[in-house]
Amino acid sequence: MIETINLNKRFGKLQALNNISVHCQSQHSIALIGPNGCGKTTLIKSILGMVVPDSGNIIFKGKNIKKDYTYRNHIGYMPQIGRYPDNMTIGQVLDMIINIRSFQGALDEDLIHEFGLHQMKDKRMRTLSGGTRQKVSACLSFLFNPDVLILDEPTAGLDPIASEQLKEKIILEKQKGKLILITSHLLSELDDMITQLIFMQEGCLIFHKNIDELRAETGEDRISKAIAYILKNQKA
Amino acid sequence: MIRIIKFVILDIIKNRIVLAYTLLLAIFAWSAFSLEDTSAKGVLSLLNIILLTVPLVSVLFTTIYIYNSAEFVELLTSQPIKRTKIWISLFAGLACSMSMAFLLGAGIPLFVYAETTLSIIMVSIGILVSLVFVSLAFFSASITRDKAKGIGVSIMLWLYFALLFDALVLFLLFQLSDYPIEKMMVGITASSPIDLARILILLHLDVSAMMGYTGAIFKKFFGTTTGMSIAFLLLTLWIAIPYLISLRIFRKKDL
Repeated sequence: MIETINLNKRFGKLQALNNISVHCQSQHSIALIGPNGCGKTTLIKSILGMVVPDSGNIIFKGKNIKKDYTYRNHIGYMPQIGRYPDNMTIGQVLDMIINIRSFQGALDEDLIHEFGLHQMKDKRMRTLSGGTRQKVSACLSFLFNPDVLILDEPTAGLDPIASEQLKEKIILEKQKGKLILITSHLLSELDDMITQLIFMQEGCLIFHKNIDELRAETGEDRISKAIAYILKNQKA
Repeated sequence: MIRIIKFVILDIIKNRIVLAYTLLLAIFAWSAFSLEDTSAKGVLSLLNIILLTVPLVSVLFTTIYIYNSAEFVELLTSQPIKRTKIWISLFAGLACSMSMAFLLGAGIPLFVYAETTLSIIMVSIGILVSLVFVSLAFFSASITRDKAKGIGVSIMLWLYFALLFDALVLFLLFQLSDYPIEKMMVGITASSPIDLARILILLHLDVSAMMGYTGAIFKKFFGTTTGMSIAFLLLTLWIAIPYLISLRIFRKKDL
């Protein structure tokens, strides 16, 4: 569904993406992991067209995204740090995005209700805590019932209850057969959410594997242990 | 796209600074006309105020507004909207607001006191100058991510065009007075939108005493009608070029 071909991106001296070619198929829930600054967010932003790669192509549902921006209709994106116009209220931000997308189908407002955001509709974005901002970002990404969900550190900054609610929502969407891309450093919480794993390091793709395959290879049941096993053997 | 433009305009209205600017222009205009005994004199003093304040407010407000909309722009880029459309909508929203401010603030007293043709020319020049500086603001906001640097560039541009340029022209005149520099001077005039605007009005008013050196040359060179059309065309280029450069930069920018 999403395919990147030989993606390269350089920020000054830093090679953020080094010849990245991955193929993400629908029906999969894929975790994108790797140390800080390894290019996860850059890869995600390239897919969204927010970062323009130096070379390489990104194909979404068979179409090159350079020529067609409408593919973003099918993507729900939750940024790592959601930045919103300061003097708008939560309600205004939601309304504006709904308005601008001129979306026809039914809105998925589950998360808005679960997080209780409709009670805070008149709060200005400036006054919100980091966690509440994350909730707004999460609601926006699920709102239009997209085929693809791209979640950059979705649970970072959320309280345990909200984090659990979001995880449940992700699992629900996964069961509907959507393609889900998640980056996270909390490996323990990924266990029941994902089916594939992409591991990146210093802008390079180290591996892209099915979870079952990974478990069989390493003999570990938990993702965190499997990753630790691989890293240890890599050094040796 | 129209939705985004509408949103930008509503946001600017809520901001109230442009409303204050409209009011200020109105005060300048009404007082200019009530202090001077003939409307032509009123137009001239208004012209001087306009050529100083309109560029300043347009360039500064726009630059700061663009930097403050960084979050808004970032939010929109992850939505299914073409990047070019975001940038065009932002420009359209700001350009509309600044032009409306001028039309309402200075336009109404002009139509009340001055003759109609002159008012039309004056208002269109005011709007053109506003647009030129909105466009320059887009340029300076797109060349750097650093807000302080971007606003600095805008202030420098204003200082250069509003104050320094005249001094440079005078300096050149005195230094090179022994040489035939008329042709060169016409070229130099084209490189300042504020000077072009001044010449446009003075060509129409036909007050040669106030036209200044470059204005006189302009008239001698092109005559009134051709001179005015050329000045209009050059001002349009001043709007288009900085904006198109900024659009090119924005299309490739990483957010």
